[in-house]
Amino acid sequence: MTAVAVPGAGGAPDPAADAAAESRAPAVTAKDVRRELRRQLFRSKTFLGGMIIILFWAFCAAFPAVIATDDPSRQDPASKWVRPFTDGFLFGADRSGRDVFSRMVYGAREIMIIAPAAVVLGTLIGITLGLLMGYFGGPLDDVISRIIEALMSLPVILVALLALSALDASRLTIILLIGFLFGPIIGRTVRAAVLTERNLDYVRAAELRGERSTYIMFVEILPNVVGPIIVEFTVRLGYAVFTMAGLAFIGFGTQPGSPDWGRTIFEERSSLLSDVWWPSLVPALALASLVVAINMVADAIQGLVDR
Amino acid sequence: MSTPALEFKELHLAYVVRGVPREVLRGVSFSVQPGESYGLVGESGCGKSTAAYAAVRYLPRNAKILSGSVELGGRDVMSLGTEELRLLRANNASIVYQDPGQALNPTIKVGPQLAEAFTVTGMSASDAAVQARAMLQKVQIADPDSVLGRYPHQLSGGMQQRVVIAMALACDPQLLILDEPTTGLDATVEAEVLDLVRKLRDEYGTSVLFISHNLGAVRSMCDRVGVLYAGQLVEEGSAQEVFDAPQHPYTVGLLRCLPRHGSKKTDQRLETIPGFLPLLGADLPTCVFVDRCPLADEICRTQVPPMVDLGGRIARCHHTDRVHDIAVADLPKGTASTVDRTRDPLLQLRGVSKTFHQGGKQIKAVRDVTLDLFPGETLGLVGESGSGKTTLAHTILGIHAPDQAGTLTFAGTPLASHTRKRSDDAIRGIQIVFQNPDSALNRRHSVRRIIGRSLRRLAKVEPAKIEDELHEITAAVRLTDRHLDMRPAQLSGGLKQRVAIARAFAGRPRIVVCDEPTSALDVSVQAAILNLLSDLQRDGDTSYVFISHDLRVVRYLSDRIAVLYLGRIMELGPAERVFDGPHHPYTEALLSAAPSVEGDTRVRIKLEGEIPSAMNVPTGCVFHTRCPRKLEGDICSTQEPPLNPTPDGGVIRCHIPFDQLGGGPVQVELTRRSGDV
Repeated sequence: MTAVAVPGAGGAPDPAADAAAESRAPAVTAKDVRRELRRQLFRSKTFLGGMIIILFWAFCAAFPAVIATDDPSRQDPASKWVRPFTDGFLFGADRSGRDVFSRMVYGAREIMIIAPAAVVLGTLIGITLGLLMGYFGGPLDDVISRIIEALMSLPVILVALLALSALDASRLTIILLIGFLFGPIIGRTVRAAVLTERNLDYVRAAELRGERSTYIMFVEILPNVVGPIIVEFTVRLGYAVFTMAGLAFIGFGTQPGSPDWGRTIFEERSSLLSDVWWPSLVPALALASLVVAINMVADAIQGLVDR
Repeated sequence: MSTPALEFKELHLAYVVRGVPREVLRGVSFSVQPGESYGLVGESGCGKSTAAYAAVRYLPRNAKILSGSVELGGRDVMSLGTEELRLLRANNASIVYQDPGQALNPTIKVGPQLAEAFTVTGMSASDAAVQARAMLQKVQIADPDSVLGRYPHQLSGGMQQRVVIAMALACDPQLLILDEPTTGLDATVEAEVLDLVRKLRDEYGTSVLFISHNLGAVRSMCDRVGVLYAGQLVEEGSAQEVFDAPQHPYTVGLLRCLPRHGSKKTDQRLETIPGFLPLLGADLPTCVFVDRCPLADEICRTQVPPMVDLGGRIARCHHTDRVHDIAVADLPKGTASTVDRTRDPLLQLRGVSKTFHQGGKQIKAVRDVTLDLFPGETLGLVGESGSGKTTLAHTILGIHAPDQAGTLTFAGTPLASHTRKRSDDAIRGIQIVFQNPDSALNRRHSVRRIIGRSLRRLAKVEPAKIEDELHEITAAVRLTDRHLDMRPAQLSGGLKQRVAIARAFAGRPRIVVCDEPTSALDVSVQAAILNLLSDLQRDGDTSYVFISHDLRVVRYLSDRIAVLYLGRIMELGPAERVFDGPHHPYTEALLSAAPSVEGDTRVRIKLEGEIPSAMNVPTGCVFHTRCPRKLEGDICSTQEPPLNPTPDGGVIRCHIPFDQLGGGPVQVELTRRSGDV
């Protein structure tokens, strides 16, 4: 019987052989993972469809003059209520003879500025609140949670009405208002995500390293809850568009005669009685397309985050 | 020969990932005879669970049978229609899963849930209720009526697993598949569950397919075993033969990775299996094990090894005649014991207790613990779950503040109760390696960032020097530089644990608490990690507080061992004495519960009932309610025994005098056995 020389298994004088036992990791880097995620996102028809519509409205908001065929506020009594697809009026004209198509294009601007700005603000508030509640827990969590519940029991529109009646109804006020109203709601989603992270050992390891709470919250935990935050951001964006249009519809935040969609629907709705549907239906469809598009994108992202 | 209960015939099974089939089972053939227990062993990723689920065709949608068949009681499972398949699963085969907490519906009481298993076979509701109660008695639940009315979460893990087994047996199956049924359970509970399965198998004549990575459990449970590697059965034979005289190099390697009975870090390093499991669906060389095999030669690389029949057992190897020659010698000596107990202790605990308050009740998780930890020493903490091991470790780390009365002293200075209040030196000096590296490493941070942060925070390394230090520490834990830019998800379990160890060691700690650091890892990886831990200890004179439920691992690494029960130290002493005796009756029971790969000759000491709640601690000796050696009279139930010093400098909390405590007979038995062989 001859003993067989054994590399590693039998006698491994070189301790590095131990590690060799595990070190052929598949050559995948973080960059590959991100690229793969992006690839999957761009293969999703829901995401692409939604994104195309959103980008269209964003373009309208940024460069309305490129697309619009007319000045949105130019009045011409002669062309009052011209039907769609006639005389260069693609979507017809309204009661003052203004071009409905051009007003639709210009109308995107207000909503495309206010809604994202408000939701960015709301998300920042939500992240801070959610991290504080989820990480510290205890009495702080209890107090903030109760306050949020109280806030959420009030209808958004009602709070907005009260606030806007008291303050001047500028663009900034509306952004702040929607931001502060949505912040706590986003905060609850963030809190739920933080709660599961908080119990993981990496947080404990950071505490045992003597890290400060702000470091643990923003550097350790936050990157791990980005997924739910992105989903929540897109979902809230849809709601913000809605809320903003609702406020405009009841006359807040926009000047009379502004091409804003909510405002236009409000001002032109009476024409419906005279069988003139286009001045109000066109901005309504524009609004609906934007909300649906945002939700399509939200769905597609959610599908990826959940896996 | 009668029809086998289960027969795999050259089954090739693949998972289709993005249109590409990746083969998981590569021609697996084995059969389980009626009334037989068949064990499948192998490391994770070898296809054990896939084989188990293939037996009842319970496979994910992307699974694809390439060729071969599975027959259950003579019927081809893969060709059955949906309804036939449902009936087959309802009447002929049952599966018991790893986690009983997840296998039971938390919203339905045990009674109705168990009865459902009977109604599904066509029984009336009233008969089913009667049968459910009878079945609970069969699985040895003492008080079936009260259990029937409870929700699953109101039962302990062991009780839940009994209920799951009762459900599985409801249809009186021909085949019972157990997929890691005891992995989440304590050794004492595991032993009871295994006893139960064995008894029921004999009573019902059920065939058992037992899947486990716990080789000891498989040996104690099974008549025959099959060793799977990379989706191929590489060896099969009677459990005793395979474990005592393995005929395939992989089996040999697997068995040698385990710390053998009584082996110590001071005697020898543990063996590991170099190299890697082939990736899922990779093109395989002629012999699946060739890249890691110590015997591999030209023929192994060019010819597919045959299934060699060795008289009642088979091995898939060209060199079964040379397997015995795989060198055992030449293992580098382990670390020499350097613990010097004349030095000042590094950590002193004096009367440390920890009481949690919950709903007005007190939970005394740790009670009056006094111990010393010396530089370079490993203190093993053992005990069932609920014994306070982790709470004690967390108290040392400052995660929980101890009760007022006790004191902790680290390197001569008092230790603040909470991490936040501790000095930088104390924080740097006491670090932890967690059980589960997936949870312990931030999955959004790169390895460089994870370790770098610790270097910065703990070792106060200047930013300019971080890179140098990083290379040094990654080399010390045998990681390479290219791992630095990876995220944890891209590393295997063993590599992740190395990163976690590097992080703990970044600040050159004096004490590292290891909380079950290898229990989530495969045995070959476990061996490598244990070797690493003992190397680091030798190099840095580091002390370990080592928690594990695997007693062999504790024995391998520990210099002294503390046995905890209900938060109290029942016994503390040198590892050899605590294991070999004389030892506390509780230690004796714990040791006898752990099944061993070498086969057991010891008589199992059964512990009655479960560990009592820390909210309602028994009077007198806390262990008297389960103690097999409870003394005549009522001294045990009325007087708490003092911590009696033992001649070797340890302590034992028992009324029985030291020289009459158990332990001796075990050694006698073992000597006799090795004499026979």
